[in-house]
Amino acid sequence: MTKTVNNRAWLLVLPVFAVVAFSAVLPLMTVVNYSVQDTFGNNQFFWNGVAWFQDLLDPSKELGGRFFEALWRNLLFSAIILAIEIPLGIAVALAMPREGWTVAVSLVLMALPLLIPWNVVGTIWQVFARGDIGLLGWGINRLGMDYNYTGDSFDAWATIVVMDVWHWTSLVALLCYAGLKSIPDAYYQAARIDGASRWAVFRTIQLPKMRRVLLIAVLLRFMDSFMIYTEPFVLTGGGPGNATTFLSIDLVKLALGQFDLGKAAAMSLVYNLIILVVCWVFYTVMTHTDASRERVEA
Amino acid sequence: MARITLDHLAHAYKPNPEGAGDYALKEINHVWSQGGAYALLGPSGCGKTTLLNIISGLVRPTRGRILFDDRDVTDLPTEARNIAQVFQFPVVYDTMTVRENLAFPLKNRGVPQDRTIARVEEIARLLDLARVLDRKASNLTADMKQKISLGRGLVRSDVAAILFDEPLTVIDPHLKWQLRSTLKEIHRALDITMIYVTHDQTEALTFADKVVVMHDGAVVQTGTPDELFERPAHTFVGHFIGSPGMNVLPCRVEGAAAYVGEGRIELTRVYPGLPEGRRIELGIRPEFAWLRSRGQGLPVRVRRIDDIGRARIARVEMDGKPLAASVPDALVIDGEEAALSVDPSHVHIYADGHLIPGEPLGRGGRP
Repeated sequence: MTKTVNNRAWLLVLPVFAVVAFSAVLPLMTVVNYSVQDTFGNNQFFWNGVAWFQDLLDPSKELGGRFFEALWRNLLFSAIILAIEIPLGIAVALAMPREGWTVAVSLVLMALPLLIPWNVVGTIWQVFARGDIGLLGWGINRLGMDYNYTGDSFDAWATIVVMDVWHWTSLVALLCYAGLKSIPDAYYQAARIDGASRWAVFRTIQLPKMRRVLLIAVLLRFMDSFMIYTEPFVLTGGGPGNATTFLSIDLVKLALGQFDLGKAAAMSLVYNLIILVVCWVFYTVMTHTDASRERVEA
Repeated sequence: MARITLDHLAHAYKPNPEGAGDYALKEINHVWSQGGAYALLGPSGCGKTTLLNIISGLVRPTRGRILFDDRDVTDLPTEARNIAQVFQFPVVYDTMTVRENLAFPLKNRGVPQDRTIARVEEIARLLDLARVLDRKASNLTADMKQKISLGRGLVRSDVAAILFDEPLTVIDPHLKWQLRSTLKEIHRALDITMIYVTHDQTEALTFADKVVVMHDGAVVQTGTPDELFERPAHTFVGHFIGSPGMNVLPCRVEGAAAYVGEGRIELTRVYPGLPEGRRIELGIRPEFAWLRSRGQGLPVRVRRIDDIGRARIARVEMDGKPLAASVPDALVIDGEEAALSVDPSHVHIYADGHLIPGEPLGRGGRP
C-alpha cells in the first residue's frame, strides 16, 4: 500500500501550532530566558549561564537549601495525605449504599467538598481552627490540649493535613465507588457460593477491580498535593516560620516576594520537570497495565 | 448429593404482592431427583433465573419451602447450602492462577492443604485444565474461564447440585458443543444433580434428561425431550420447542373430527364435554403434517418453501390461516394449489392453551 504525502496538510495544523505557541511555548521560553540571566533592576539583564541551576541543585547553597527543604516537605506532605486519603477513600466507597434513594444523597454529600473554591476551603479552616472563635480550635483547647496552628508547626501540619483529607477524600471515594459499581453481581454471588469471607471478597474481587481507578486517584491526589498552594497560603501563609512552605508557596515568595526572577525561573523549570517525570511514570504504569489487560482479552 | 424439593414455592420482587401478576415466580411444586440432569427452559423474563437463585440461596422466596433431601434450607445462606453455580459471564478471580482459583472454595472452608492439592489436580484433569494450572486465570479464553467457574463448584466434594445460568452465552459457537459434551461427561462421571437454565431449546434438549418449560412465571410442562415434542401440554410449549414450532389453529370439534373452517381433520380421540366458551385450538407439528399434490387431502395454498438443510418446510395457508408443513422429498408442486395430510395420532386439542387429554375412540361413542 502506498501513502500519498501531501505537504499542504501541514497548513491545517498551523492554527494549532499558533495557539500552542502563544499559550505554552512563548511563556515557557520567557521563563527559560529569565533562568539564564541576572538583573540589578532598571530592566537591565545580564547573561548568567547555568549558575542559578547550579545553586538550585546544590543543597549547601542558600537557594539549593531552601529548595530541597521545600521539596522534602512537599514530598512528605504528599506521602502523608496519600497514606490517609487512599485507604480512607476506599473505606468510604465500600460503606456507601449501592441502591435506593440514599445513593443520591450520599453522592451529593460526597461531592460537596469538591465544589467549594480552594481559597474558601482555606478560609473555612482558618476560622474553624482558631483558638478563640473557631469551633475546632476552641474545642481542642477546652479538652486541655495546647493547640495553636499559627504558632506550633506540628499543629499547623496537622491542620493542613486534616483540611486536605476533608477536601479531597471524597474524590478518591467517588472514583472507588465508580470502580465498585462496575463489578457485576455475579462476582459477589460466586464469592458467596465459594464461601469467601468479607476480607477475601475485598482482596480477590474488589481491590483488583478497583486497581485502575485507584491508579488514577493516586495520580490525581499526588499531583494536586505536590502543587498545593491556595489552601496552605490562606491558612498558614507557609508558617510558622517555614514549617508549611511547600514548593509552590516558596516559588511565589521567591518570584513575587523577593522579585528574584532568575532564581525563581530556574526553580519553576526544575519543579515543572519533576512533575513531568512523575506524570510520565504514572502514564507508563497505567498504559502498561492496560496493555497487559488487552493482551489478555485478545 | 441430594434430592431438591420445591414446596409451594413462589416469589415476588415487590414487598407486598397481591394479584398473581405481582409474582415473578408463580406457585411451583417440584422435585429434582438426585443425580438428574435438568434443564429449565423458557424465554427471557419467564422467572427461570429467579428460580435458580432461590435454589442457590441468593434470593429468599416470598412463600414456600426448599428442601434438600429432608432438610429445610429455605433460610440457609448460600454458603451453607452445598450448591455450586456457574454464571452467564465467566467469573474468575483475576489475580489468582487457575490452581488458586480452583483451590479457593476449599481454602475458604479450611480443607487441609494436601487434600486440596490432590483434589484440584483431579478436577483439573477432569476438565482438561491441567496444562494451564499455573497460568493466571485472567489470561484465558471465555470457555476456559467457564470451566474454571465449573471447577470451583466441582472441587467441593459435598456439592449437592450444580446450577448453570445460561453458561454458554459468551462461548464461541464451535466450542459450545465441546463444552456441553464436557458437562454431560462430568454429569455421568460424578453423579451430581445438574440444573441448567437456558432459553435455547437445542441446549436444553441435548443436555437434559428432563426439561422444565417455564412461561410467564409458571411451569407449563415438565418432561423428557420426547414428551415435550410429542405431547406439548400447552400451546406455548408447542410453539417454543421445535423449529419451526407447532401449528396452532382455531377449530371446532365434533365427535372424532375437528373442523378448521370447512376442512375436516380426523382425530383418534374424542373430547366429550369440551368446555363451552373457551378458545378451542388444534395443534399439529410440521413434522406430522405433509404437503401433498392437489386433491389428496385438505386444500391449501402454498406461499413459500424453505429448505432448512435436513428437510424442506412449506409455508402454506389453510382457510386463510398460516401453517407450516413438511414437504416429502419426491413431491413436486405446480402452482399454488396443494393439499395437506396430517397424522391423526399427533393432532392435539387445546382449550385456552391447555392440552385436553380426551378419551380413546370407542368409549366416548361416535356420533
